[in-house]
Amino acid sequence: MLEISILLPAILNGLTTGAIYALIALGLTLIYGVLHIINFAHGSLLMLALYGVFFLHAAFGIDPYLALPVAAVALFAVGYGLQRFVIGRASHGKDENILLVTLGLSVVIENLALYFWRSDTRTIETPYSFEVLDFGIAFISVPKVVAFIGALVVAGLLWLLMTRTDLGRAIRALAKERQGARLIGINVDHIFAMSFGIGCACLGVAACLLLPSFYVSPQVGHAFVLVAFTVVVLGGMGSFVGALIGGLIIGVTESLGGLFLGESLGQLGIFLIFIIVLLFRPTGLLGQRA
Amino acid sequence: MRNLAAILIFTVVLLPLPLLVKSDFWITWLTLALFYAYLGQAWNLLGGYGGQFSFGHALFFGTGAYCTAVLQIHLGLNAWAGFALAAVAAGAVGAGTGWLVFRYGLRGSYFALVTLAFAEVFRILANTFAFTGAGVGLLVPLQPGIEQMQFASKAGFFWLLLVLVMLALLFTWRLENSRFGARLMAVRENEDAARALGVDPFSTKLTAIVASGAIAGSAGAIYVQLFLYIDPNIAFGPGMSVEALLVPIIGGLGTIFGPVLGAFALHAIAEIGRMTFGEAPGLNLVLYGLLLVAMVLFLPNGLFGLGKVSFGRNILRRLFKRGAHA
Amino acid sequence: MSIRKFPVSRRHFLAGTAATAAAGITGFPAIVKAQRAPIKVGILHPVTGPLAPSGQQCRLGAKLAIDTINANGGIASMGGAKLEAIYADAQSKPDVGAAEVEKLNEAGVSAIIGPFASGIALATTQAAAKHGIPHVVDVGVVDQVVTRGLTNTFRFGPGLSKIVDSAISNLVALNTQAGKPAKTVMIVHEESAFGAGMAQTLNAKLPSMGFEVLETIAHANPTRDFNNIVLKIKGRNPDLLIPSNYYNEFVLLARTLRQQKVRPKAIYSILGGAASQYRFVQEFPDAAEFIMDCNHWFDPRNPVALELKKKVEAEKQFFSYEVFLNHECVRLLADAIERAASTDRAAINHALASSGWSNHFMPYGPTKFVNGQNEGAAPVNTQILNKDIKVIFPKDFANAKPVFPAPKA
Repeated sequence: MLEISILLPAILNGLTTGAIYALIALGLTLIYGVLHIINFAHGSLLMLALYGVFFLHAAFGIDPYLALPVAAVALFAVGYGLQRFVIGRASHGKDENILLVTLGLSVVIENLALYFWRSDTRTIETPYSFEVLDFGIAFISVPKVVAFIGALVVAGLLWLLMTRTDLGRAIRALAKERQGARLIGINVDHIFAMSFGIGCACLGVAACLLLPSFYVSPQVGHAFVLVAFTVVVLGGMGSFVGALIGGLIIGVTESLGGLFLGESLGQLGIFLIFIIVLLFRPTGLLGQRA
Repeated sequence: MRNLAAILIFTVVLLPLPLLVKSDFWITWLTLALFYAYLGQAWNLLGGYGGQFSFGHALFFGTGAYCTAVLQIHLGLNAWAGFALAAVAAGAVGAGTGWLVFRYGLRGSYFALVTLAFAEVFRILANTFAFTGAGVGLLVPLQPGIEQMQFASKAGFFWLLLVLVMLALLFTWRLENSRFGARLMAVRENEDAARALGVDPFSTKLTAIVASGAIAGSAGAIYVQLFLYIDPNIAFGPGMSVEALLVPIIGGLGTIFGPVLGAFALHAIAEIGRMTFGEAPGLNLVLYGLLLVAMVLFLPNGLFGLGKVSFGRNILRRLFKRGAHA
Repeated sequence: MSIRKFPVSRRHFLAGTAATAAAGITGFPAIVKAQRAPIKVGILHPVTGPLAPSGQQCRLGAKLAIDTINANGGIASMGGAKLEAIYADAQSKPDVGAAEVEKLNEAGVSAIIGPFASGIALATTQAAAKHGIPHVVDVGVVDQVVTRGLTNTFRFGPGLSKIVDSAISNLVALNTQAGKPAKTVMIVHEESAFGAGMAQTLNAKLPSMGFEVLETIAHANPTRDFNNIVLKIKGRNPDLLIPSNYYNEFVLLARTLRQQKVRPKAIYSILGGAASQYRFVQEFPDAAEFIMDCNHWFDPRNPVALELKKKVEAEKQFFSYEVFLNHECVRLLADAIERAASTDRAAINHALASSGWSNHFMPYGPTKFVNGQNEGAAPVNTQILNKDIKVIFPKDFANAKPVFPAPKA
């Protein structure tokens, strides 16, 4: 039953879905790579961003793609504030405390959303929601093509930021050698918060690109959090190019796994890859020694 | 010795509660708190004493739960035997996964993530196979009576769990004073240094994960007897993994009474949330989350840390530190 | 757990049953005598967690029914005593649900209504049975909810076997009427209890009814992308697509079908998460058109139902099956309390067991509980036609003719 007419479109689908995973993982890998923390609140912050984009559309009729700068800046501010005033202060130098704080924050954010916006699933309809591009072998919906390009652009911009700017150099210095960075006069708290903020800004972008083809509800973050972690590990913690490639690989794996093993069991592929990479190459595809 | 006395006092104080407290609600409340204390105690062995943070203890919990449910339903096995076999099965899963991940030297967040992934793999498998009831889950027949570990009165489960928690406390107490415990804590503090002293980190951690897994698995069996139902999400979903790690971390990592303290505190917080904001869905959990964050902000060493540093002094010190920073 | 409406202090509340006695002695005797004590009813649903969307709708339905009953003079046989809702949250977890039952018991409820999900219902009915609390199950379709011999459990709506049976026989009837255009079937279902159970039954029964099941696809909750599933459907080209999933996944599936221009002769969902939800019809009118569903639904010609629909819409909410099933469960219970003329649990259990309530607005026969299942309950078939949800089957309740097969776009 596996003809090429199904296989090729499935791979294409996997690539576009994988790009969404990459978008969400880009922010996570930055946070993970620099702060070495497992950010449990990542999914909730994505949810927050999605609601932001949704309400901009519902209240002011702002197209999600036009809302992109607003969402990115807003999420940056949220992220900066959270790291600077809550997460950073709670850590007391212990990883388990960061874990608890991000867990607590995710419970708070998710349930505030539930309280204020109810639990309903919300979707938006844009003129291009149902538009498709005909690739000859498959129809790919326009929002997914846009998201794919968006993921490439965001990964590229992040790479430029990290390699070409002072901020990027400071972040990298901090990621490698915390004490040393402090000694040469880097404001550690500020740079940590900047990293967290930029990671969250990526979520703002991801939300704008995701909403036209998806939905938002207070629980929506759960759909992506585990996959995003997988992508981060696969790509190598802290590597943007790795996250991009990792996202695409996971997308295709999921897609083909679904094809060969059934959609339900097919999810297995993601986690098997995850385990195998962790066991045999814990630095990921492009990661440096942690 | 002081700890042994504390364990005995704890047990003796709680023992007559079902006879004194007439409220079934509070007995259920205490039973569930004891249940999470027991599960947290399992996690504490590996995470608290061994320094190996698992994000996937649902792997063991779920294995135990499914083991007893499958054996009772398909083979008509007795529930007490199912309970014992659940511990064995979960211990075996602990041995298998532990062998893999420790062999390849996974530590820290890598270890945490790999346990999470294993739990997900088991969740997907449980969702697929017919003998686990797939997505429908398994329903253990209602057979009230002590011989099937289904007690007619609420007090039965309370006492059973109290005994189990007491045994876990005693086990932990023995561990703290044993050579194995010393080796385990040495591995936690510095694996390389421990190795230099002649400790084999691999076998030490492997033993810890087997013991931790077996206890968590028996907790799974208890859950099945309590609710007579299990499905892949309850068994292997992240919810149970999170409960298992929250309890000891909040209570005090690597301490004998940490999990008990944590379980009671977390349950009390959740209950306060429900009582305060019952009619406003969500706000109860917002309060829960806020209190969680606040506890980490002000009690970095868990509740058990309270005993060592007075609360007020701790806050003062923190404020002072913050002032110095700004 | 609500104590807002009932002005007792928390200490009173914590004291549990003692509080009731204490209030009698130290409370406000003059007022208590003048007014009948309210009848407490536990309204238990998963209003937080993954099931919150449904749980909140459930609570709304129950609340509206209680308000109406109280506004109309309460329970007549008890001197106009009012119903008092005590709200509880199962947080989408069976263990929390069971614990909430204990709390409701302490609060002195005469009965419990809820808790939407089957997994939670298994736990709460059992916990309620230990105290003999009558437990009216609103949805909880899995068969085992009522087959465990619990004498306090009463499910007003139909169970899974009944729903699948009706869905299949209605499908056969529809197909025969249209000249048997549909021969091949594909099933797409979510992997948890209800979807998986449904798929099992369908696979067992459809072949003997003259349908060939080409493929059965299970998917996870949440599934983030339906393109592959739709690709498979496209490749197999079945006459009939039978989806059975929750709201979010159903919406994504329907959207993707439309994007990929896949149009089977009919989409015939069974307990479709969105196929009979007004929100879906309103937000995706084009993707929704012609989709059929076999589901819980109200009698579209009943004025009480239509009035309630208006009221719900005035609150800017959608009139979903969660709302009206819970509304009717409250009325069923009120009828039983009326006949029992007592807050006594055993008396209410007895009154429910012997209920013949027929004043409901569901397309059911008179209520008749056999082993806790309302034998009068049945699902109906709906179809989305002209941006509205119409009943197309059975004839007695239909307000539109089925469009089958769906016209080619």
